[in-house]
Amino acid sequence: MDTNGVLDLMWVLICGILVFFMQAGFTLVETGFARSKNAGNIIMKNLMDFCIGSVAFWAIGYSLMYGDSISGFIGTPSLFFDSAADMHSLFFQTVFAATAATIVSGAIAERTKFTTYLFFSLLMTLVIYPISGSWVWNAGGWLAKLGFTDFAGSTVVHSVGGWAALVAAVMVGPRIGKYNADGTTNAIQGHSLMLGALGVFILWMGWFGFNPGSQLAISGDNAVAVAGIFITTNLAGASGALAAMFLTWMVYKKPDISMTLNGVLAGLVGVTAGCAAVSPVGAFFIGVICGIAVVFSIEFIDKKLKIDDPVGAISVHGVCGALGTLLVGVFATDGGLLYGGGFEKLGVQAIGVFSIAAWAIGTSFVVLFILKKAMGLRVTKEEEIDGLDIHEHGTNCYID
Amino acid sequence: MKKIEAIIRKSKFDEVKEALHKIEVNFFTYWDVTGVGNEKEGHVYRGITYSTSDIQRRYISIVVSDPFLEKTIDAIISAAGTGMVGDGKIFVSDIIETYRIRTKEKGNDAVN
Repeated sequence: MDTNGVLDLMWVLICGILVFFMQAGFTLVETGFARSKNAGNIIMKNLMDFCIGSVAFWAIGYSLMYGDSISGFIGTPSLFFDSAADMHSLFFQTVFAATAATIVSGAIAERTKFTTYLFFSLLMTLVIYPISGSWVWNAGGWLAKLGFTDFAGSTVVHSVGGWAALVAAVMVGPRIGKYNADGTTNAIQGHSLMLGALGVFILWMGWFGFNPGSQLAISGDNAVAVAGIFITTNLAGASGALAAMFLTWMVYKKPDISMTLNGVLAGLVGVTAGCAAVSPVGAFFIGVICGIAVVFSIEFIDKKLKIDDPVGAISVHGVCGALGTLLVGVFATDGGLLYGGGFEKLGVQAIGVFSIAAWAIGTSFVVLFILKKAMGLRVTKEEEIDGLDIHEHGTNCYID
Repeated sequence: MKKIEAIIRKSKFDEVKEALHKIEVNFFTYWDVTGVGNEKEGHVYRGITYSTSDIQRRYISIVVSDPFLEKTIDAIISAAGTGMVGDGKIFVSDIIETYRIRTKEKGNDAVN
């Protein structure tokens, strides 16, 4: 292999490590935004979805996503990936698959059966994520051929996770004590904003692998492109947080901590699709739009739709993932609406966003419906009130 | 011997401690408590406004000999007061006996 090939391979592996560490970020955000009595259960969910995902995606998922595309809809399945030349690719794509799976965890925190979650997580990385992923990232995928742009996965990864989270949160139902009989909503405060904040910083760092790594190369001119992606990614995270902070400052009279943390993630999720296609100015505005959207979306889902999502995963990953993908059609320097490209790009982006949303929602519903009949989705009332740690795992996360 | 229990604002604790040291009351116990009051405080968590009547205060427990009773109470009242609702309360009760474990002293000798 020549030096450039080695550089590219190493770049993919290093970025894969950063994306892997996002699992720690997701664990911390979810733990911090939930109550201490469920912290151990959240550790186990986030640890095990990665382990299950690693095995499932290697066993068959990767081939369903990247095998020769069968009429644009699914890769040719083959078992137990073992292609020496593409091991770096398997690693990089595995950590992405696990990211999509782990997004669901936060939305159904504090009341979902551990076993049910494990089965759902398995099916997520085994079929749900790889098949829609093949539409976009497999060279023969029908959305790829249509010209749909989702560079690092606002839709492929985040929206799929977000929409699955939406279906799961609806089907599992709200936590006990979240909604009152008179229609009002209670605040169930997370037990550690510090853990949540550390999680957000770790996720932000992980994004510097997620987006720049998706260039899949760093040799030659790729290096310049990668550096640009660092800037678009960082700007959107920062402007997302700024927008969320100033909005909550105006609406709630004080700058809200957990919403501002969500604002960072909203901006990062939003720019993931277009990080290589938009200018720094475009990235700044994508961040601002997503940072504002996430606050309204969290409130709307929580108070109007009455869907209990303790961490805001549906809004951050589903809504901002879809929004960010659509905004590529507006801000892409090549073909975007604001750059004289007309509505064609925006239309293609919309087709991708809606078809993948329909896929994720439909398949998640079928899987969860079967799981509900087979084993149930929720823990008992007693288990929920005492905390999942002691009943599901036999110990508490915090001993004293 | 009397036991003086005072519930005070956390923000006034340092002043109360200093006032007690000034009158030579050097030994006491305290802990943080949560109580329910009349007043409601408004808060916002992730867009949900809620109000709570739970209030945070500090609880001080002091055992003194009878001659110390009045000046101890005066010290607490003058140091802990702001004049606003929520300054707290003081309770006084009789103590039957006090022992110092190390020296086996009892009565007033054991208190100070």
